[in-house]
Amino acid sequence: MAEKASFKVIEDLPKEDVPKAVSRRNFIKGVITSGVAVSSASYLFRASSLLQGQQLAAGIGERLITLNVNGQQRRVDVMKQETLAWTLRYKLGLTGTKLGCDRAECGSCTVLIEDIPLYSCSVLTHTVRGRKVMTIEGLASADGTLHPVQQGVIDEQGFQCAFCMSGFIMTTVGYLKTNPNPTRQKLAHGVSGNLCRCQDYDKILTALMRGADNTRRSVLG
Amino acid sequence: MAVIRDVMAAFELFQPTSITDAQKLLEQHGTDAWVLAGGLDSFDWLKDRIKKPKAVVDLSGIEELRGVRSYGDHGADGIEIGAMTTLTEVVNHPVIKEKYGLLGQAAELVASPQIRNQGTIGGNVSQDTRCWYYRSGWPCYRAGGNICYADTPEGRNREHAILHADRCVAVNPSDSAPALITLDAKFIVRTRRGERIVDAEDYFVGPEIDITRLHILQPGDLLTAIRIPSTWAGAQFYFEKVRDRNVWDFPLLNVASAMVISGGSIERIRIAVNGAAARPLRLKAVEDAVRGKPRDPATGEMAGRVAVQGAVPLQFNAYKIPLMRNLVKRAVSGVEEAKWSS
Repeated sequence: MAEKASFKVIEDLPKEDVPKAVSRRNFIKGVITSGVAVSSASYLFRASSLLQGQQLAAGIGERLITLNVNGQQRRVDVMKQETLAWTLRYKLGLTGTKLGCDRAECGSCTVLIEDIPLYSCSVLTHTVRGRKVMTIEGLASADGTLHPVQQGVIDEQGFQCAFCMSGFIMTTVGYLKTNPNPTRQKLAHGVSGNLCRCQDYDKILTALMRGADNTRRSVLG
Repeated sequence: MAVIRDVMAAFELFQPTSITDAQKLLEQHGTDAWVLAGGLDSFDWLKDRIKKPKAVVDLSGIEELRGVRSYGDHGADGIEIGAMTTLTEVVNHPVIKEKYGLLGQAAELVASPQIRNQGTIGGNVSQDTRCWYYRSGWPCYRAGGNICYADTPEGRNREHAILHADRCVAVNPSDSAPALITLDAKFIVRTRRGERIVDAEDYFVGPEIDITRLHILQPGDLLTAIRIPSTWAGAQFYFEKVRDRNVWDFPLLNVASAMVISGGSIERIRIAVNGAAARPLRLKAVEDAVRGKPRDPATGEMAGRVAVQGAVPLQFNAYKIPLMRNLVKRAVSGVEEAKWSS
């Protein structure tokens, strides 16, 4: 039953998404994607049959959408109930954004949307169409030079396991855009929506303060 | 404890760009519809699959619901805050900072920075209770059942109500609500029959009126804006929130007060608490008791005693009674006078 469904869904996928040569990585990705599609397929088909014969009401949109991620236009098939963290990680392969709690309670999925730090686990992907999404992958410049906050983290070796790191860095980058010259205490308040299970906060703050310092220098220089 | 499942159950997502369109969609889908503001309350329900709406109506694309503007007619003037204005926008707004700082103080104590960047003022006042029996999908009174799991000898009810409980002992979790009640805000509600303007304190309902919801919104209704009149602009404000940890947590209790002092005595006062009952409570008895009295520790003590009259503790929340007494005392006589002395 499930096998049949998954074959059907893979056939239905847009051509550009079907891998030509099946590498191990792509195979795994494919399984992940089709698994998602299978679990939701019954709901979706039921929903669409309900809508048959009805005029599509205002605001109803397509599933195939274009997202502006890290300055690139990415075409992607997104379910209506899909969160941005899910799309970034499992559809666009941007796994630098971490999923910790999936409940807006840990901060590791933080990305910038129009320069504002938000929990991507709690944003529907369809609601950010046409808005600029920035993930940790988009911080370094094209020539590979790290963002000043990333450099600060490396210089101070601020994190232990670093699962929470990309969230902390994205929050800091967003915070510094409106508060470029924070005190240690202010910055601690700014990143208070991010948790570190290693309890490494003191070193993290030192690293992020260095990052803030680096950012000010890079703007001046 | 929340469990990570694959994704939310499927729904159709509607993204209207006007209030009228949103209302049409809500009418069309009736009880199958779910209103999505910032989403931070909604996604918990949807991810846990406790609620499975067929149609989600996302309000984030409706420009007329956003932003802070001034309004003024018939001699009254003040500000109007669109329901979809984020809490961060409320905190940073210069006029709110200057004249209605109480609301900014309250909004800044909500949850975490990222949540304030996304959560809206309309959502903050309209969010559902956090009683975990109810949130876990237990068939309690609030969920349409015939029992309260929190109000039993073994029920975990440390965070629950001490006042006005009626079968259900859940509390309202909003921080901005008591501040808005204190500022005498008016809530603009768009119903099927037209626009209604209600006093902030009348927006909220206890279980004796409706045990399944915390506010007056019926399916299809939308809170569109909150107006704050200039009545309390620039008054002396006090806001305090007590919670287990300094980020994310909902209040165990919070208190908001606005006062006008003249010649050392309290000329005008409004005061409200939340976290004590299923709706934020305006403490009219306290207001009446302290009006005209000097603003001193003795008045504060008296205010605290009046505030907790009739309070009934559950098994694990008796601490809320002295906590509320002390918070009200501080909100009336000021924190300097309430300092610890041995």
